[in-house]
Amino acid sequence: MPISLAARNVSHRFGNVVALEDASIDVPAGRATALVGESGSGKTTLLRCFNRLVEPEHGQVMVGDQDVRTQSPVLLRRGIGYVQQHGGLLPHWRVLRNVGLVPTLQHMSDSAQAARRALELVGLPAAQFGSRFPHELSGGQRQRVALARSIAARPGVILLDEPFGALDAISRAELQESFDNLRHDLTVTTLLVTHDLAEAGRLAEEVVVMRKGRIEQRGSMRDLIRAPATDYVARLIERARAGLEALRA
Amino acid sequence: MRLTPRRILLIGVISLAGAIPAALCAQRQRPVVVASKPFGESYLLAEMFSQVLESRGFSVERKPGLGATEIAFGALRTDAIDVYPEYTGTGLIAILHDTLPDSLAADPRAVFAHVASRFADLYHVRWLPPLGFQNTYAIAVTRSTANRYHLRTLSDLARESPHLTAGFTADFIGRSDGLVGLSRVYGLRPRAVRPLAPAVKYQALAAGAVDVIDGYSTDGLLARYDLVTLVDDKHFFPPYEAAGLVSGRLDSQIPGATAALTLLSGRLDETTMRQLNRRVEVDGEDIKKVASDELIALGLVGSVSGHGVRGVQSVQHSGFWRYLWDRRATLAALTVRHLELVALALLTAVIVAVPLGLGLERTRRIAEPTIGALGVLQTIPSIALLAFMIPVLGVGVVPALVALWLYALYPIARGTYTGVRDADPDAVAAAEALGTTPTQRLLWVRLPLAAPVIMAGIRTAAVITVGAATLAAFIGAGGLGEPIVAGLALADTRMILSGALPAAALALAVDGVLAIVELLVAPAHRRKRLWRRRTEDTEAISTSPQVASTTRQ
Repeated sequence: MPISLAARNVSHRFGNVVALEDASIDVPAGRATALVGESGSGKTTLLRCFNRLVEPEHGQVMVGDQDVRTQSPVLLRRGIGYVQQHGGLLPHWRVLRNVGLVPTLQHMSDSAQAARRALELVGLPAAQFGSRFPHELSGGQRQRVALARSIAARPGVILLDEPFGALDAISRAELQESFDNLRHDLTVTTLLVTHDLAEAGRLAEEVVVMRKGRIEQRGSMRDLIRAPATDYVARLIERARAGLEALRA
Repeated sequence: MRLTPRRILLIGVISLAGAIPAALCAQRQRPVVVASKPFGESYLLAEMFSQVLESRGFSVERKPGLGATEIAFGALRTDAIDVYPEYTGTGLIAILHDTLPDSLAADPRAVFAHVASRFADLYHVRWLPPLGFQNTYAIAVTRSTANRYHLRTLSDLARESPHLTAGFTADFIGRSDGLVGLSRVYGLRPRAVRPLAPAVKYQALAAGAVDVIDGYSTDGLLARYDLVTLVDDKHFFPPYEAAGLVSGRLDSQIPGATAALTLLSGRLDETTMRQLNRRVEVDGEDIKKVASDELIALGLVGSVSGHGVRGVQSVQHSGFWRYLWDRRATLAALTVRHLELVALALLTAVIVAVPLGLGLERTRRIAEPTIGALGVLQTIPSIALLAFMIPVLGVGVVPALVALWLYALYPIARGTYTGVRDADPDAVAAAEALGTTPTQRLLWVRLPLAAPVIMAGIRTAAVITVGAATLAAFIGAGGLGEPIVAGLALADTRMILSGALPAAALALAVDGVLAIVELLVAPAHRRKRLWRRRTEDTEAISTSPQVASTTRQ
């Protein structure tokens, strides 16, 4: 069952560096929001507030109707899927065991079965891939396994931190497509961090543009293109468009 | 739990390691502990003490070749040993640091009386009545050097010393009754002073590499090389009367033992001693045999003695392998003791250093200073560290274990800390984000991934420990160092090799066993498959797009 996410006036610093400044977002249950910006914009920091990998100094972070501070970090994280840029598979565990990690942590009785189903959903049949080690897979396959691992326990939310960032263009497009299908089949709430505006527009209903810890603009891709709120957003769109046109030429 | 071959082997290794402490702690009836310093005459006198005691029904534990004066005397003071042969002059100068008025200093009886009363007062240690001979320092030159420079006395030597190179033992160079005092009293100023091991100084002199050496007046080698001992015309050297030095508690704990030892008092003169030393040092005869022959001749021991001495023959002319074969029982026992020392030190080091490394990974601010401090321990020479142990722990197995343990800590702690700290950061981060507890991350992720680095540390520690354990013989812990130390003292290469070769083999064997353990604890994806190989795996790699794309470029 999808769960909503909300951040209210969240601020955080690392030492003297401002990472987040009064940031607020809302992700309704079952919808997808993308956080877009350059490195250092605070997008990853904001994402990590939702599973308490970052504890913001000010503001409130909600998962469902609960403030995250009222929940134990370990239990909170078990209920939230998570994929990072370099999948972070445990190299000494076979694929099936990697995917079964969260079901095992939750003491699900059929964790192996849950892992197999998740592998099927990302297009890697367990019979063929389940007993391999991560280093025996391609980069794209590894990210698929990481995706399978994040959904195996059927969480209401998944957090994706540049999940396709390290892949070549073809694997990336394939994975984006399967993720998009998956998300709709599973009806899961998604928060995606990406530096790629096109990816954000393709995968998310709402796009949040961040810069230096602040939110520049929130809205659908269409809204952003039609009425960029700041020069920065306009430039970002211009750059994405230039990239596409260079491809056409 | 399923019993896979890997688990069975692990259990085997663990239970074997557990059995060792039990074996070391086995109770025995208290024997008289007889020790010696590491040179021929000391070995021989200690063996004579031992055989006299055994012939009178006492059981004896031999601790031959204890480091040097500091270590042997330290052991006696702390009641770690009961008796060892010592010399009054050494007691006077090296232990008491006393100087006597000249009128007394040359009189052996006066020196003995002084030393005996001071030792009783200060250390509760008893000098038995002297054995009957003196073994003073003998400053010796070859006959041709003596003729060329007209050397007869130490004053003559001092006059010519700017033309001469000295080869002295390190001990002699540093002692106030050695070179320091000679320079002061005679004005001895050799052109150069080379520190030489006792075992090689006679050869160095005979070969002309040095012109003058320090020896002992009873050394068998003085006669063999036809050397000239220079006369101490200013009576610089005090009398060095040999006598048994006995711990204060021996009489009360083992009544009659002191009386038995006193049977040797006054029975050995200098000529006899020089002959006996010659048999040991020059002819390479077995010390036990030489000791028992003399005791029989003195009528102190019956001609049929029951401790295997008669079975040991001189093996001077048989081959090296034969030599090893004849000593197989002793060498096996020494090897087992060596292995016990190494295993126990290593096991306890693993038990302490692995958790320490893990703890330091959580408190990284103090990690480098802590590991650095353990590293400083590595720079202490083993023999010095062993010597530091004596005032606290006495001599024998315990101080040796502590010293070996200290040496083993650093590589293991360093390996554990580094291995766990650097374990695949992406995997650790993902495991945290998915809701594992810190303990789960440690057991499931960090430790398995760090295992190769931890094992590298343990293997390094093991090889270091096998080597360092040979020095444990200096403080009476036994092991393969015993023949090495004795062989060095007696200039007996075969004896040295009979300890050194098994020790080297042991280092290889221990490393080999640990290599197998390393294979068993390696992370699954890096483990070499010993039993089966999957063809599917290699396919996956060759068809992976990533590999394909790199070959395209």
